[in-house]
Amino acid sequence: MARRLRLDRRAFLLGTAAGGGLLLGLHLPLETRAEATPGAGPRPGHKTPFAPNAWIRIEPDGDIAFIVARSEMGQGVMTALPMLLAEELDLGLDQIRVRFAPVAPAYANRLLGRQATGGSTSVRDAWTKLRAAGALTRRLLVQAAAARWGVEADACSVHRGEVIHPGGDRRLGYGELAGAAARMPPPVSVSLKAPEAWTLIGTPAPRLDAPDKVTGRARFGIDVRLTDMVVASIERCPVPGGKVQSFDAAAAEAIPGVKRVLAVAAGVAVVAADTHAALAGRRALRVQWDLGPHAETSSAGIRAQFERRFADSGVSVRREGDPDAAWSAAARTLEAVYEVPFQAHACMEPMNCTADVRADGCDIYVPTQAQSRCQHTAMAITGLSAQQVRVHTTFLGGGFGRRGEQDFVRDAVSLSKALGRPVQVIWTREDDIRHDFYRPAGLHRLRGGLDLDGMPVLWKHHIVCPSILARVRPAAVADGIDRTAVEGAVNLPYSIANIALACSLEHTPVPVGFWRAVGSSQNTWVTECFLDELAAAGGQDPLALRRGLLADAPRHLGVLNLAAERAGWDTPSGAGRHRGIAVAASYGSYVAQVAEVSVSAGQVRVHRVVCAVDCGLVVNPDIVIAQMESCIAFGLTATLKSAITVSQGRVQQGNFDDFPLLRMSDMPEISVHILPSNAAPGGVGEPGLPPIAPAVCNAVLAATGTPVRSLPIRLEAAPPQRPAPQADRS
Amino acid sequence: MIDLTVNQARRELDLPGDTPLLWALRDRLGLTGTKFGCGIGSCGACIVHLDGDPVNACMTSLSAAAGKSVTTIEGLNDDIALALRSAWISEQVPQCGYCQPGQIMAAAALLARHPRPTDAQITAAMDRVLCRCGTYNRVRRAIHRAASPTLEAT
Repeated sequence: MARRLRLDRRAFLLGTAAGGGLLLGLHLPLETRAEATPGAGPRPGHKTPFAPNAWIRIEPDGDIAFIVARSEMGQGVMTALPMLLAEELDLGLDQIRVRFAPVAPAYANRLLGRQATGGSTSVRDAWTKLRAAGALTRRLLVQAAAARWGVEADACSVHRGEVIHPGGDRRLGYGELAGAAARMPPPVSVSLKAPEAWTLIGTPAPRLDAPDKVTGRARFGIDVRLTDMVVASIERCPVPGGKVQSFDAAAAEAIPGVKRVLAVAAGVAVVAADTHAALAGRRALRVQWDLGPHAETSSAGIRAQFERRFADSGVSVRREGDPDAAWSAAARTLEAVYEVPFQAHACMEPMNCTADVRADGCDIYVPTQAQSRCQHTAMAITGLSAQQVRVHTTFLGGGFGRRGEQDFVRDAVSLSKALGRPVQVIWTREDDIRHDFYRPAGLHRLRGGLDLDGMPVLWKHHIVCPSILARVRPAAVADGIDRTAVEGAVNLPYSIANIALACSLEHTPVPVGFWRAVGSSQNTWVTECFLDELAAAGGQDPLALRRGLLADAPRHLGVLNLAAERAGWDTPSGAGRHRGIAVAASYGSYVAQVAEVSVSAGQVRVHRVVCAVDCGLVVNPDIVIAQMESCIAFGLTATLKSAITVSQGRVQQGNFDDFPLLRMSDMPEISVHILPSNAAPGGVGEPGLPPIAPAVCNAVLAATGTPVRSLPIRLEAAPPQRPAPQADRS
Repeated sequence: MIDLTVNQARRELDLPGDTPLLWALRDRLGLTGTKFGCGIGSCGACIVHLDGDPVNACMTSLSAAAGKSVTTIEGLNDDIALALRSAWISEQVPQCGYCQPGQIMAAAALLARHPRPTDAQITAAMDRVLCRCGTYNRVRRAIHRAASPTLEAT
């Protein structure tokens, strides 16, 4: 049955009232549309297009543009979001062009409250909104055709961008109808296609960005070239919170091409005619730093700081049954401390931003996940109004949460303002690794109790970690709980009679931020590994134990069973191979993974990962598969390869020699199985990540009998790993 | 003045000889398909062909390229390149896409040497190119596909 949506006029009048925002884009009166979406207006030299809403532009010549208001960072929004519009408009993806949206209120992500891409929200936010936008537009086009022919609109059909006359012998293209459709009164309600009628949603439509990404034509932020642009590179204090004491620019200024060396908020900037000169100037620059109060910070010190918080009980986040009595009454108890290090994002495209600040306006060309924030950043620095600040989103060479930050935007906007010309600020890889907002380190104390049958009857979990929200939204942690710090733990799905989860937020000088799958990326590792410890202590098969505890969690159980079945959990794993399993829900989706590993000479090799995902209705199954593969690879780097450590206040890693990423030779065979579902779409950019670390570590536990309680995995027999010595420019 | 051939066109560049080829290509010649990833020859995002050999442009000085022929992703247009691009799209390899020029340059050099590479040869040739999105399995499949005319025809 087709779903009928009532288009409520009040939605527009109420503005951004909760839920009302859904239809806001549909109800912008014609005259405000161009203003509401600056830069998304007509192409130069063209007549005003038919612009029924913020996402669709139909030119009289038949050119159709879809405006994508989310950032394409690999997760496929440039394809998945147009699929929603194209489905309802009966267009093929080969018939449309895509433009990235300017910053405008109509493009706010209702799940994030601003124009931003993150939290695996893009399809969840757009699911109804964009289909409604497509359906409304189709309705107007059909009405225009019906009026021209003098027939009933409902008797007409549409196919690939044409309205077809009831007689079947006459057709009018969308472009031909654009002018008339723009004058049609908007309908009060609009029907969405029934799922049985979908021809595009649910198909593995090829990505629209692929052709440009195999030819080198795709433009990333770092590829922006403006007339009169200079390039700047900024030397930052190696210790967070430090300041410039003095600097000697003479050697830097002697480098051919270097134009200026100046102190800026972030440190000392070397401005040059090109990138090579800017980087050479930086190498020649000498800066004396006032290192500030954090020059003694170390990873060991931070760990001790965390450990002290175990002395108090923390803030209670979830409490069921009587955990204290259960601890005393349990037939067997188990205690473990798990440790997670800081992690860098290491997007392949180093941070960068290009800004052109003038007296009357500012253009920012930036690979960003956070258009609204970029606009606010520039307004604060320049004093310009929202209308005067335009944000041009490029392709993002990876995002993973890092590109929601504003540091690189501030760099470029403040320098362009100071110099009065366009500036591209480019970070080196060392800048990127050493000045990240890291995934928080954390220390977790787990206490479990088993009954006489080896079934868990008690689960106590105390999380100590720094808070991300304390920096980005302090009001959100007023009660001492950061929801991003406890996600993946607070939603422990298992039926255990006595549960206590507590958290202690512990600030450190190391900046922390959102890293792919955020809290779940590490809390799920802790909970799923400790569950396997309890299974081993109780003499239970890890899969059987999970099944027993998930009777009331059908979607967890669904993916768990599918992954186990496809991995052949009940069959022998082959000589030297061991399996581990883990399951988690995050961002509205459910994922289980089975990892098959071998351990030899202290080295863990992951041979195969079987992944089952239930992400509700699927827009593009191949993108879902690709995102599961991507999450597994991203998670494996943190599981097997890399960590950020701090000594004397400084991050010790700086490039891919000492912060190694997963390479092809490390990559397991991966098979992804999508569980059919009619539930509303869940996220896919992150939910594949949480289960991989525990699946691998549980396989290592099966192989060695020893639990892995810190990451990345470093087994006893492993030879000591020392980073290659590196010149320090500081 | 340094003479070299870039994508089959002769170029004279008035740049210091120690300028990395990467920045000469990107900033002087406007060939931004070659990417900056690490600056230490560790990620492969900047791989170009120097007289047919895959090299990291960030570690290749302009003087080392003098008198030689440089091919970048923009100039890679032979039969191998066409087969690779087609296979890359069939396998839907790119995600963020930033490393993909380096991946394709490395794959093209591999196929020029081994028209039917084994898995081991693919790993050996491609291990130098990092992909944070984790497209490695699709890269491998695409190389096999490009190397197999029968498969490519299906």
